[in-house]
Amino acid sequence: MTFLSDKALGRLHGSEAPDLSGTRFTLCELIARGGMGAVYVAEDEKLSRRVALKVLDTLDANGDLTARLTREARILAQLEHPGIVPVHDVGALPDGRVYYTMKLVRGCRLDKHVAQLDSLPQRLRLFLRVCDAVAFAHARGVVHRDLKPANIMIGSFGEVLVMDWGLAKIWGEREVTVGEKIFISSPKAEPENPSTESTVITGRGTVMGTPGYMSPEQARGDTQEIDLRSDIFSLGTLLTFIAAGGVQGKSPALPRALLAISVKATAENPSARYANVSQLAGDLSLYLDGLPVSVYSENFFERFGRFFKRHQAAILLITAYLIMRVLVLFFFHR
Amino acid sequence: MNKILIGVLLGALLGAIDGATAWFTPSVRGMIVGIVFGSTMKGLIAGVAAGIFARKINSVPLGILFGLGVGFLLAFLVALKQHGYYFEIILPGSIVGMIVGWATQRYGHVAAAMQRG
Repeated sequence: MTFLSDKALGRLHGSEAPDLSGTRFTLCELIARGGMGAVYVAEDEKLSRRVALKVLDTLDANGDLTARLTREARILAQLEHPGIVPVHDVGALPDGRVYYTMKLVRGCRLDKHVAQLDSLPQRLRLFLRVCDAVAFAHARGVVHRDLKPANIMIGSFGEVLVMDWGLAKIWGEREVTVGEKIFISSPKAEPENPSTESTVITGRGTVMGTPGYMSPEQARGDTQEIDLRSDIFSLGTLLTFIAAGGVQGKSPALPRALLAISVKATAENPSARYANVSQLAGDLSLYLDGLPVSVYSENFFERFGRFFKRHQAAILLITAYLIMRVLVLFFFHR
Repeated sequence: MNKILIGVLLGALLGAIDGATAWFTPSVRGMIVGIVFGSTMKGLIAGVAAGIFARKINSVPLGILFGLGVGFLLAFLVALKQHGYYFEIILPGSIVGMIVGWATQRYGHVAAAMQRG
């Protein structure tokens, strides 16, 4: 396996801006560059608005990349959900490269946003919104296969958007292979930007995902075994990342019930994981509501602690009432 | 169950219990029925007020504070009428108000008409 840095990847891809003449768009600036293409800010001249334009980085001789990008746009078009970035248009540049435009999301990436949130419940509620979007995609038969902090954006108004569906798979659909190359950016190679985990795409369509977030079956290249539970594994690692406050690789001292949820989601064996995202989100909601979760049996003290935390105000008020009653009885007794 | 109903039921129940504790004060034991009735009515009024407040403002700390205020005011008026027993009446009355204020914020739903409005 070959490891290349983001800079090296950029050089391999070339940095020529695409020629948008003949389209309704004017190029503004480069936002990001991935394994397959680049995303630019473009001005839609007809509607006078800015959009994000994703275009293949290179001319595609055999049509595989074109098919993949078109497929990505079609998948996105099927996923109309507030948590999934909407696609506007698909087209081809004068040089034949395929592009599609989507809503331009202004905001910041999940990893940066999470680091600013001090409250664990606040961070977990954010995660639940990611689960909503992924559950919706699963209900439409789409597996994302590349869920990671870098692919989740938090908009200016707090909206949570799951991005980059380039590796998405529709159940029962034949894999589209990309070539013989492997593009990986090792997080160690970019210490100043540890969250630029790049997607791994292999030629035979065997390994797709991001090291650290992809499921064991993805890492093995076992494409037949990849289903929604692979996304659940990625969500489990994402949950640990979010719970840790956006610190990657750190094993945080999580509450046991929360840790049990994470462990269940990231089980080595897919059948040992949650069967669907709703179950994972359900357990997390129970945890947030101070209720027992399905994957952790608590002892008496933990149960009492949770009960106290859940009914803290009532317990304190009733205790105050009783103490006051006893005091009145003893000191104001007539 | 809506918030006002929760306020009414809990206010009445806690008011009745609070009034019944007068039994431990021998000097007023003879008036226990009147005290329980008055205390229940006081709890009812506090419950309705806390319930209406909870329908309009969704905040547990403010709900508790409002309950404290209403409980204190009603208990003070009762104590004023009794010409005494200020601590015995005002302290529990205020805490009962706080409990009702908390409960109306924590439980019960806002009526659909209120949500639309």
